[in-house]
Amino acid sequence: MTTRYTKDHEYIRVEGDAGTIGISDYAQSQLGDVVFVELPSVGKTLAKGDEAAVVESVKAASEVYAPVSGEVLEVNSGLEENPGTVNEDPAGRGWFLKIRLTNPGELDGLLTEEQYQEFVKSIS
Amino acid sequence: MAEPARADEPLLKTPLHAEHVALGARMVPFAGYDMPVQYPTGILTEHTWTREHAGLFDVSHMGQAALVGPDHETTARALEALVPADIVNLKPGQQRYSQLLSEEGGILDDLMVTRPADPAADGRLLLVVNASMKGADYAHMEARLPANVKLVRFEDRALLAIQGPKAAEVMARLAPDTADMTFMAVRPTKLAGLDVHLSRSGYTGEDGYEISVADKDAVALWRALLADPEVKPIGLGARDSLRLEAGLCLYGHDIDTNTSPIEAGLTWSIQKRRREEGGFPGAARIQREIKEGPARVRVGLKPEGRAPAREGTLITTPDGREVGVVTSGGFGPTVNGPVAMGYVSRDVSAVGTDLHLMVRGKPLPAKVAAMPFTPHRYKR
Repeated sequence: MTTRYTKDHEYIRVEGDAGTIGISDYAQSQLGDVVFVELPSVGKTLAKGDEAAVVESVKAASEVYAPVSGEVLEVNSGLEENPGTVNEDPAGRGWFLKIRLTNPGELDGLLTEEQYQEFVKSIS
Repeated sequence: MAEPARADEPLLKTPLHAEHVALGARMVPFAGYDMPVQYPTGILTEHTWTREHAGLFDVSHMGQAALVGPDHETTARALEALVPADIVNLKPGQQRYSQLLSEEGGILDDLMVTRPADPAADGRLLLVVNASMKGADYAHMEARLPANVKLVRFEDRALLAIQGPKAAEVMARLAPDTADMTFMAVRPTKLAGLDVHLSRSGYTGEDGYEISVADKDAVALWRALLADPEVKPIGLGARDSLRLEAGLCLYGHDIDTNTSPIEAGLTWSIQKRRREEGGFPGAARIQREIKEGPARVRVGLKPEGRAPAREGTLITTPDGREVGVVTSGGFGPTVNGPVAMGYVSRDVSAVGTDLHLMVRGKPLPAKVAAMPFTPHRYKR
């Protein structure tokens, strides 16, 4: 199991050919209280960089982009009732969607945990 | 996710800037000032705290000024040439909400006008204008005032607001003479030994006070108020969600140079004498809109479901006719759901009318709703 990050603060946790996508702890802290999450429909095909979900804080709406290409396998419907889970546990219960990777090679272009933490340090 | 925008120009600081930083506030550029958008507990907690206890706001970025003339009548007439409210009959110790109007009857800014209680201050009117508009407002007024009425800027005064159901109790602990003030009353007093000028008003829909204090005393007053366990600091984020639930307009969003006070639902702020006599900029349009009704009006909107509709969202009828646009929208923590306001054609403005809000290309069903979304709790 490996986790990779984008400079837009999404993560993808990869197990086999499936990946779980969410936003980083830094991202949730910058957004503040999450009040709504719009998720894609299961079966939707996403290209790398496509809008995968929308996360809304009290202040504003932000897009969540697909870190890699894939087909949506499952979405976290629990966020509908409890969007605040994204703030409480972004890496765990606050995940957004699971995809089947169609081009695992795209993972090579993403940041490792260490590289991402360096990146966050450089912008904060 | 998109990166937040960064401003490169140097930002102004209020006298409480270091207090906000020490409290762990997230600071953002707002109207040229570096202001706290939230403290570590976050907007939802701050919002709810204000509705249940007392929230303390730094609003020192707002413009405080006075018009100074030889007597009340002269100064009031000078201001009445620029705003549609009845200022001549404003009683000593009272405050009134009004708008600076363009010749077309559009709103250049909204403001609070105060006639001081002190007879020695006869001929003075105190003004509080929006931070983002103060330069333009002052220039507009100075260009139009008669020679015997001067605009005086208070560049050395801070403004604090304490809002919420416990605000009166907190204030009474510092100064018992504040308890009997009613909504929109003003009074000079001492708080924690400091000279202040109070008004019983605010921008949250709750009971509360706005407190004008000298810059040099602002930190001492801020700390004295925060020392009360009922009081927590509240940032601009919750200030916005509180005023939205209260149905109050934000200048530059819900009202601007294109909207008239009648379209904006602010007819209540134009007293009878002025409606009849006119004599303010744009009077012809405003009198016509009062008589015939404006083509579009500001309404509350309650989206179905959980998705917020933000500023700029197009409003259509269920059959797709475009009828307006959202001017403020977001999540109402006390309502526990999305709330919005915007302008729609008058024929679809009745409370309960079914409309669609076009959110990310999809129609989101919504109903025209009565405002405020949460009841006002002013001390009458």
